[in-house]
Amino acid sequence: MWPFDRSPWPLRLERRAKPSMAMRMASSPLAAVAMVVTGFLTLSLLGTDPVAAFKVFFVEPLSSLYGLGELLLKATPLMLCALGLAPGYRANVWNIGAEGQFTIGAITGGGAALYWTPAMTHGALPLILLAGVLGGMAWAAIPAFLRSQFRTSEIFVSLMLVYIAQLLLSYLVHGPWRDPAGQNFPQSPPLPDNALLAPLFDGARVNVGFLIALALAALSWWFGHATAAGYRMRVSGLAPAAAAYAGISQRRNIWLAMLIGGGTAGLAGICEVAGPIGMLQPSISPGYGFAAIIVAFVGRLHPLGIVLASLLMSALYLGGESAQVELQLPSSVSGLFQGALLFFLLAAELLIHFRVRRT
Amino acid sequence: MTGVAEVPRLALHGISKRYASVIANQDIDLQVGTGEIHALLGENGAGKTTLMKIVYGVTQADEGSIEWEGSTVAIRSPAQARRLGIGMVFQHFALFETLTVAENIALALDERVSPSRLAARIEEVSQRYGLPIDPQRLMHGMSVGERQRVEIVRCLLQAPRLLILDEPTSVLTPQAVQALFRTLRRLAGEGLSILYISHKLDEIRELCDVATVLRNGRVTGTAIPRQESNASLARLMVGSELAQCRLQPREPGVTQLELINLSLATADPFGTSLRHINLRVRGGEIVGIAGVSGNGQKELQAAISGESLCAARGAVRLCGQQVGRLNPAARRMLGLRFVPEERLGRGAVPEMHLADNCVLTGAAVGLVRHGLIQHRAARAFARDTIAQFAVKCDGELAPADSLSGGNLQKFIVGREIRLAPKVMLVAQPTWGVDIGASLLIRQALIDLRDTGAAVLVISEELDELFAICDRLAVLAGGRLSAVVPAADLPLETVGVWMTGAFDHVAV
Repeated sequence: MWPFDRSPWPLRLERRAKPSMAMRMASSPLAAVAMVVTGFLTLSLLGTDPVAAFKVFFVEPLSSLYGLGELLLKATPLMLCALGLAPGYRANVWNIGAEGQFTIGAITGGGAALYWTPAMTHGALPLILLAGVLGGMAWAAIPAFLRSQFRTSEIFVSLMLVYIAQLLLSYLVHGPWRDPAGQNFPQSPPLPDNALLAPLFDGARVNVGFLIALALAALSWWFGHATAAGYRMRVSGLAPAAAAYAGISQRRNIWLAMLIGGGTAGLAGICEVAGPIGMLQPSISPGYGFAAIIVAFVGRLHPLGIVLASLLMSALYLGGESAQVELQLPSSVSGLFQGALLFFLLAAELLIHFRVRRT
Repeated sequence: MTGVAEVPRLALHGISKRYASVIANQDIDLQVGTGEIHALLGENGAGKTTLMKIVYGVTQADEGSIEWEGSTVAIRSPAQARRLGIGMVFQHFALFETLTVAENIALALDERVSPSRLAARIEEVSQRYGLPIDPQRLMHGMSVGERQRVEIVRCLLQAPRLLILDEPTSVLTPQAVQALFRTLRRLAGEGLSILYISHKLDEIRELCDVATVLRNGRVTGTAIPRQESNASLARLMVGSELAQCRLQPREPGVTQLELINLSLATADPFGTSLRHINLRVRGGEIVGIAGVSGNGQKELQAAISGESLCAARGAVRLCGQQVGRLNPAARRMLGLRFVPEERLGRGAVPEMHLADNCVLTGAAVGLVRHGLIQHRAARAFARDTIAQFAVKCDGELAPADSLSGGNLQKFIVGREIRLAPKVMLVAQPTWGVDIGASLLIRQALIDLRDTGAAVLVISEELDELFAICDRLAVLAGGRLSAVVPAADLPLETVGVWMTGAFDHVAV
């Protein structure tokens, strides 16, 4: 209950008798609208014509088949990472290091493609994708082990491992895996043809990874709704004491959550390397693993919401790129939109449980 | 004092208070005279506490007026209430564990007093009213009764003319209750008016001059308690006649739950470690554990349910098996069912609906198969529980936190009973539950015992334990007394045992 009966403010918050279903549905769209309004004002202040800027930002990138393909392409890693993070977040397991698991998935999958499967005529791709998944899982297993054995914070450990993973990638492409024919550029040799994901349709770069992500969204819904493991994770997040009462092991939840999150992030990493990039290079992700945290929450940790939110976030990336090119706006504009979106979303969350009243 | 007696000390006229979805108080009139002990009687949720919060300035009424010693006042804050001369002792004490008595009192006073003068005043007040406390003692390690004395002394230091006590006896031993009553009578004799909130009929008949009875936020009657019977007061409070539980003597079966020399250190710095506890509960009997919460009740529940594991496997035996190192789910598979004292957040997940809340403990009856939740079976199970235990709710898909405390407790007790327990552990079965639901829950436990289950009830309510238990023990300071037939145990003995003095008792 709100502790103060009288406040100096003309408005006050009052706890709702029950959470508002309408606000629960409306909070994400409301946050998106607030973000657009903020963006409108910010662009005006920067001296850019906001209407033209919005056209460049949101309309032009999506007005061609190629643009739509790019939208799905960039949505794929976001969707994969966010789908893997959501079950953990529902169970109070805070994996912040999807970016690192993504990078390791790219390394293990890319390494398999370069040094293990080149001679194979069939079945190379599934093995490469599997190698990426296992790499991400192994990286996520480190914070899982430390948390369940020594109660370290998985937030810090997974986050710090991001930087280690990036340095490991940098070492490999500058050192042992550098392309001898690459004129000293820090990059690996290009992946052999049997290791590349084919585009879904001509004139676009989006590949089968997008379909895998959609299938995983359906699987994730089924996992949360129908399986006992998903139920146990939900209970642990909603009411830890009830989980202890029911004999639910939080250790099991931690392992499951970290492995799921690490696996999908690793898959996202190898899908980038075996897809649009085609080789290992010092930077593989423009921050997909971190943006996926926002995607997971904008999608309210629900698979369908995550699919939609990853498309929205992908549009922000594309818009940011085209705004840079056409309007010479700084690249941080898309970061600003992302930040504003998360900020307004958290603010709108409050209205699910509270209402604003006049004092 | 003549002259003043004409004007009531406190008079409430037409007080109403609404919260978002409930009417807490509706058109309430109440008058308290000088030196009068006035009972405010009602079930949980009847609106007693809200009304007292209005009088003490914690919250304000939407309608109505308050008259204090003849003049209309608006009480905007507790500080203002204290300045007027109103003191309140809350049900849950706001005391800092790591501070001394005097420091705690100094924090709560509106004026600044030097420590030495304050200590002297505390000793003076505590001696004068028979409330022995040492101002220099640290709070933690003090019993609940002692803490209550601190709160009362704190109020008395401000020389109030009206003292409000909210359910003051719920945590006291029978002897401590008598001591409190002596103090209150003495205070009333000096002209202090007392508003005494309670739902315990015997106490009100013994102590109070006048009783105002509330039901659903309205006044349903005023009475002179001494001239009423428990039945007639209960009728005013509940609105209908009360049935009685009946415990037929029965030959118990084999031992189903056994604690053998169970010792368990607590993880909570202010918790109580369990020491050398021995207990046997046989099929077909109800064993009760009396005692004030905080004496190891929480730790004992956790040790039996499996939320705390014991070092020794053999310290807890369930249906003949050593289970000291098994987790709650494994113990449940052996036939243990458990109703915890916290309903929301422990016995049930607040945001989940009732059918999903059945899955929490229903794995043993097929609500989970091959790792998949059986939604249809869970819904049917929840529906049947709701029907069998008369749970008031919007069906099996209502979220657990939409139910009232009493109805949720009926649902949780019902859920566990319908899971066919061999051993049933129930903590505080009727805490905060209205009389009607209490009777239903008690009868359900007796019926369960009659089917041959072993039932262990941990409760603070002695009336309840004496009504439903075959045998009784007392848990005090982490130690358990001998377990004796309830019929052979005088109430006074229970009171002595609740202070921990049961070492030289022959079993």
